[in-house]
Amino acid sequence: MKVMRLVAIAAGLIIVWQVTVLLTGAPPYILPGPLRVAKAAFVHSRFLFDHAMTTLFEIIGGLLLGTLLGALSALSMIASLSLKRWLLPVLVISQAIPVFAIAPLLVLWLGYGMSSKIAMAVLIIFFPVTAAFYDGLRSTEPEWLELAHVMNAKPFAVIRHIRMPAALPAFASGLRVATAVAPIGAIVGEWVGSSKGLGFYMLHANARMQIDVMFAALAVLAIVALTLYFTVDRAMIKIVYWQKEETEEKVSK
Amino acid sequence: MNNNIKTNAGYGKHPSAPSIMLENVSFGYPGEQIFRSLNFTVEAGQWTCLIGPSGCGKSTLLRLISGTLREGLSGGIRFSNGKNYNGLTAWMAQKDLLLPWLNVLDNVCLGIRLRGERSSQKRERAISMLKDAGLGEYSNSLPSELSGGMRQRVALLRTLMEGRSVILMDEPFSALDALTRLKLQDLAASLVEGATVLMVTHDPLEALRLGHRIYVMTGKPAKLSKAMIPPGPPPRKPVDPMIPTLQAELLDCLEKGNKT
Repeated sequence: MKVMRLVAIAAGLIIVWQVTVLLTGAPPYILPGPLRVAKAAFVHSRFLFDHAMTTLFEIIGGLLLGTLLGALSALSMIASLSLKRWLLPVLVISQAIPVFAIAPLLVLWLGYGMSSKIAMAVLIIFFPVTAAFYDGLRSTEPEWLELAHVMNAKPFAVIRHIRMPAALPAFASGLRVATAVAPIGAIVGEWVGSSKGLGFYMLHANARMQIDVMFAALAVLAIVALTLYFTVDRAMIKIVYWQKEETEEKVSK
Repeated sequence: MNNNIKTNAGYGKHPSAPSIMLENVSFGYPGEQIFRSLNFTVEAGQWTCLIGPSGCGKSTLLRLISGTLREGLSGGIRFSNGKNYNGLTAWMAQKDLLLPWLNVLDNVCLGIRLRGERSSQKRERAISMLKDAGLGEYSNSLPSELSGGMRQRVALLRTLMEGRSVILMDEPFSALDALTRLKLQDLAASLVEGATVLMVTHDPLEALRLGHRIYVMTGKPAKLSKAMIPPGPPPRKPVDPMIPTLQAELLDCLEKGNKT
């Protein structure tokens, strides 16, 4: 059902696109039609695939590293009050600087390769993951903690067995947001300076007025991002297995 | 509901269950004095019920005894065996507080997990407890698959699994329907036998069924009535002819306390 709906939505968008091209009579170097783009995608499929892999690795690398760092900083803020007092302002200040503004710096420091793009993605992902997970860790049902206290629980066991699982739903939604925005980091990083990746390929095609190739790269990027998003979404539903049942119950009632 | 619950008493046998002595206990929040020089003894090995209107400090009293609330407490809370509350009390609340991501068995064994103990022997015991309570086939189910009565039964077993000699109960049966409540009261009475139990409730009938002693708590700062000691051993049958009279007495006492 879900897949069918997705296909229907994609088909609808393509139709709107084609109709727009027909109605406005836009020349192909402004807005190429879907057929033209499909043809370009086919012709350049090998290049597109290679560049897509580069971008995908950058996104996944950023996601893994950003999620790990985000989860760790959220956990350390819960575990230590003094650490939280120092870390929280740093986090907020770091978000006051637009990540795009420091993209050239990252390329300067980390070079043209993948690492500067991964760093971009990490910077973008880090905050939503930290904020969501920290919020979840903080808002544990107080009576659970009271129960644990009466049971003489070890402090670490409370985090491990109560706070962390209780925060997983919040962590999952943070990770969903992160997955949705991670491609932005990778692409912006590629625009600023790179010789590989879909972002680079788009600029390259743009400079040669190959607008259809540019659109093809855009479509591939969309597919990569969507696949990644739904994979993460699926995984999160599995991980938060008890919550899924609750929501289903509510819906069916 | 499962009807063939074996009331196999004995999980709560505590030959050395202590009495709890509250001496000159005062406690309050800024602008609100809840207890002032309260003196009160919970008899060893008996089931004591506290009834009173909502917000009179009943739950607070339990928290003071369990040690979850310590700031702002003055006076002494002592156990007759000379021990600290640490590791002495178990607590059961109105909400079952089952962790939704753990199955029934793991929920019953929560204390073991949180203390980092590893004991397959205790797990075996939990399994046999679940069987005796008619929950054997639900060991691997998640709490969300259980009815309210079953969940509270699991919470009761989790409380007993702690093997503590002092059990504090905060309206543990008040969210259940009448029939389930009666059954669970009987089960609890048989399982905790021998432990020192302090149960908070707002239901006079429940107190009359289960309590060796009943106190009415009213006012601010809270005062306790004289102990009512209903005849006969608990759990008393709801059809017991003396219950309506005593219930009227308790309600009367509650009402008087509210006026002053």
